[in-house]
Amino acid sequence: MITLTDYLVVGAILFGLSLAGMVINRKNLIVLLMSIELMLLAVNMNFIAFSSFLQDSAGQIFVFFILAVAAAETALGLAILIILFRARQSINVTDLNALKG
Amino acid sequence: MIIQKLVFYVFSALLIGSSTMVIVSKHSVRAAFFLIVAFCASAVLWMLLEAEFLALLLIFVYVGAVMTLFMFVVMMLNLDKEAVQEKFVRYLPFAVVVVALMVAVLIFAVKPGHLGDLGAAMSAHHGADYSNTKVLGMLLYTRYVYPFELAAVILLIAIVASIGLTHREKSNNKRQRIALQLEATKKDRLVVITDMGVNK
Repeated sequence: MITLTDYLVVGAILFGLSLAGMVINRKNLIVLLMSIELMLLAVNMNFIAFSSFLQDSAGQIFVFFILAVAAAETALGLAILIILFRARQSINVTDLNALKG
Repeated sequence: MIIQKLVFYVFSALLIGSSTMVIVSKHSVRAAFFLIVAFCASAVLWMLLEAEFLALLLIFVYVGAVMTLFMFVVMMLNLDKEAVQEKFVRYLPFAVVVVALMVAVLIFAVKPGHLGDLGAAMSAHHGADYSNTKVLGMLLYTRYVYPFELAAVILLIAIVASIGLTHREKSNNKRQRIALQLEATKKDRLVVITDMGVNK
């Protein structure tokens, strides 16, 4: 029998992997955006697992909204990426140091 | 039951393996392809949880639209010189320690003993006449109709903002300038020439 714990462990590992991707990736902004997508996927996995095990469809509605917001976020992120590349000819994360704190 | 277990473990392994490849692959195109594999694998897991509508939505919207967008951007930007990632190792020990700790805590937190009655519960099993899409539609258009419309507004804002950000005005385009047209009067445009000379 596949328990709730199995799904939650998959979600946790996925979340950890995408967090690691964000930390170790200093070269490519596109892969950073992909890590955000993976992180949202992990969250959605937890929502759907709980929705299925609690027999409550409201969790799936929440996933629907997360998907909508994630799509909007990806479109905007990629648009910002394109104007960034036009301005600086690079999407290297270490090059983005104009705003020195 | 055994086949469900097999499907779960095979596709979980595929999901975790391909997401590892997303974060370690050197080329963005390869990372995007592995992300597509990860989305497909998690769609299978969602199918297993009887969330058919969202599983198909994930394939249509994510693999069909969002990943195509990623592919377009990756191929539009000329990233040949960026392909090598030499600084990869610098943050690796720190990341591995922090992430391993966090995942360990998360896995400990979701032990079956910590979930109460849910720890031994079964996932939803519906009959053949159950329609996930119908159930979600009933919820979405009644109880959640206001958030649904807000989501539509968010998507509209994303469309407008991303077009506004990336649109480049051409310097020589022959566009109609309506404000100038409305401002023009007879005095500006009309010149009456008589035999006495130019008469404005």
